[in-house]
Amino acid sequence: MRTLLFVLAAWFALPAHAIQVFATVPEWAALAKEIGGDKVNVFAATHGLQDPHHVEARPSLIARARRADLMIATGAELEVGWLPVVLRESGNVRVQPGQPGYFEAADHVRMLDVPARLDRADGDVHAAGNPHIQTDPRNILAVGKALSESLATIDAANAATYRAGFAAFAEKWRTALARWEKDAAPLKGQPVVVQHKSWTYLLDWLGMKEAAALEPKPGVEPSAAHLARLVEQTAASRPKLVLRAAYNNPRPAEWYSAQTRVPVAVLPFTVGGNEAAKDLFGLFDDTVRRLVEPLR
Amino acid sequence: MQRNSLWVASFSSLSLALAAPLAQADDLKALREEVAQLKKSYEERIAALEARIAQAESSPQKVSRGATPSGEATFNPAISLVLAGTYTRLSQDPEAYAIDGFVPSGGEVGPPRRSFGLGESELGIAANIDPTLRGQMTLALAPEGGADVEEAYIQTLALGGGATLKAGRFLSGIGYTNGQHAHAWDFADAPLAYKAMLGGQWKNDGVQAKWIAPTDLLVEMGVEAGAGGAFPTTDRNKNGNTVGALFAHVGGDAGDNASWRAGLSVLGTSPRDRQYDDVDSLGNDVTNTFTGKSRTWIADAVWKQDFGFDRKLIVQGEYFRRRESGTLAFDVDGANLADGYRAAQSGYYVQTVYQFMPRWRAGYRYDRLDSGEVSLGGTLNADDLPILAAYKPKRNSLMVDWSSSEFARLRLQFARDESRRDLIDRQLWLQYVVSLGAHGAHRY
Ligand SMILES: [Zn+2]
Repeated sequence: MRTLLFVLAAWFALPAHAIQVFATVPEWAALAKEIGGDKVNVFAATHGLQDPHHVEARPSLIARARRADLMIATGAELEVGWLPVVLRESGNVRVQPGQPGYFEAADHVRMLDVPARLDRADGDVHAAGNPHIQTDPRNILAVGKALSESLATIDAANAATYRAGFAAFAEKWRTALARWEKDAAPLKGQPVVVQHKSWTYLLDWLGMKEAAALEPKPGVEPSAAHLARLVEQTAASRPKLVLRAAYNNPRPAEWYSAQTRVPVAVLPFTVGGNEAAKDLFGLFDDTVRRLVEPLR
Repeated sequence: MQRNSLWVASFSSLSLALAAPLAQADDLKALREEVAQLKKSYEERIAALEARIAQAESSPQKVSRGATPSGEATFNPAISLVLAGTYTRLSQDPEAYAIDGFVPSGGEVGPPRRSFGLGESELGIAANIDPTLRGQMTLALAPEGGADVEEAYIQTLALGGGATLKAGRFLSGIGYTNGQHAHAWDFADAPLAYKAMLGGQWKNDGVQAKWIAPTDLLVEMGVEAGAGGAFPTTDRNKNGNTVGALFAHVGGDAGDNASWRAGLSVLGTSPRDRQYDDVDSLGNDVTNTFTGKSRTWIADAVWKQDFGFDRKLIVQGEYFRRRESGTLAFDVDGANLADGYRAAQSGYYVQTVYQFMPRWRAGYRYDRLDSGEVSLGGTLNADDLPILAAYKPKRNSLMVDWSSSEFARLRLQFARDESRRDLIDRQLWLQYVVSLGAHGAHRY
């Protein structure tokens, strides 16, 4: 009886009007927190060391989606393998596509790698373009602005707070952006090899060149023969780094690096990808540092 | 493109200049300087143009797309097709397959025919109907021709409050494996308990109401009512429902990298004149029927662990218990003797599948059934019902599968099937299952 009362008390003691936000990936969870502060109660479906391509419609996700006021997805089919099931099973009308409580980040940025043809023979291609938009900090700003408006719509009473929250975040972000761009200036024009096409937006931002990808097709694990061929093919372009996300299998990048002596940069990819990437600022501080340091 | 034409221009001016009669070395030097200047100015202009193009490209453009992760924004429904084929080697005749000790469930429970065989091709069509409803149909196309409506249902989207209603024909929410389409199973065929108790998989023509509690732990409860027809039910030709099911599932995460779900379900029905064929004590073919009550309980649990870098472990198991009581009519076309009948039968399977590297998985499954003793009233003798003589079928299965992508899987499975009394069926399956078309989302 006592425990029951305690549980009930804890239930009601939760911030009473906090908006329940369900983010599919950690970067949007972090962004919602930056904008909403204590007005939002944020849940992330995946953590920083999880592959966002392979998520399951886990029971906990259905339970969380059931109570969500706002669903933040990346879009561009990143969540196509699980989110539709979670949404249908949740029985929550507020976060169904088309409702104000459903938000897709990819709607608010310029998409890259939009395929000219759609054929699964080309691997895991996405009709709307490359979904890993969070690796360009300018996209974070664009998504944040739209997200603050979404929050203001579904929680009109606190609209001013969300707008002010975004304005404060945007100011800090622009200052940081100038710093990152200054620190990363030597990277301009440098060719790199990527493991998965996770870094299209990052490279676009910093003016770097993708010399090759270790994956023969997006989402297809590289074979030893393919890697051996790559070592030869990329010799001429003299890549400076091999980039992989913290969640990627380390073996392909390490093997390639051992053959070519091109150093590997393990980037956090999202918030929580490593110790330093505690929040969005930490994510890019650390990303820029890990790119610049090996080139010194 | 632009750069090329500019270069052509500069080269032609160069050649023109060279064509002029050369007089002195000074002239040549001046000419060289002029060309160099020309080149420089062109290069500057090109750089400026390129900068403008880059700027135009990077200015944000608002792209408006349908806000749906499944890409169903177009009015065309999502269409998907599953193709499957097998090659089997069986040490026993699949035509004579039976699960001894259990009333034959009439489903497609035996292994496929020997040698090469085409599996069922599955055509799925799904789309939102309007803001409140979604529709889905799955047609199973049998290799010998003909289509079977596997599923065809509508489902609410906008009821809210955690509630969802379904109507039509759909895979029941009971158990764990039951809700998954056969092509999503981790082994080539269903667990023995499903084959013996539910004819493979339970689906129903009826309605389902489901509710999810507003808690962080998943608590899901559902109720189904339907018309029956397939085993263990019979077509009753009466108003109201003939079969009812209740299910409850709880589930959640265990730390960052593990998740689980457990549940309890019950399927209740009152079959009338449910027929099956047997032979009597003299070896003559007879047809028997059962009329009475049938209740099947299922406890299910699944645990999934993610070790990172594409290494995953799934452990699952389900326990079935069925009680049937009523009247058994023996040899309805001949002797036609009726007697009281009571049976309590059970079965379970446990299986584990481990993805040990990207694309590769291995799995083991153990199946066990217990027919129990049938208790009869006194008119009939146990010898009259040879199929129902007590037996404990079991099966061991091993599988390895390889996926070229998430859309294609090639599987090798060995099974030592002791479903038949005193017979061991050594089975080898080689199976492919691929899906094309719309990228369907998968259930847990
Ligand atoms: Zn990707």
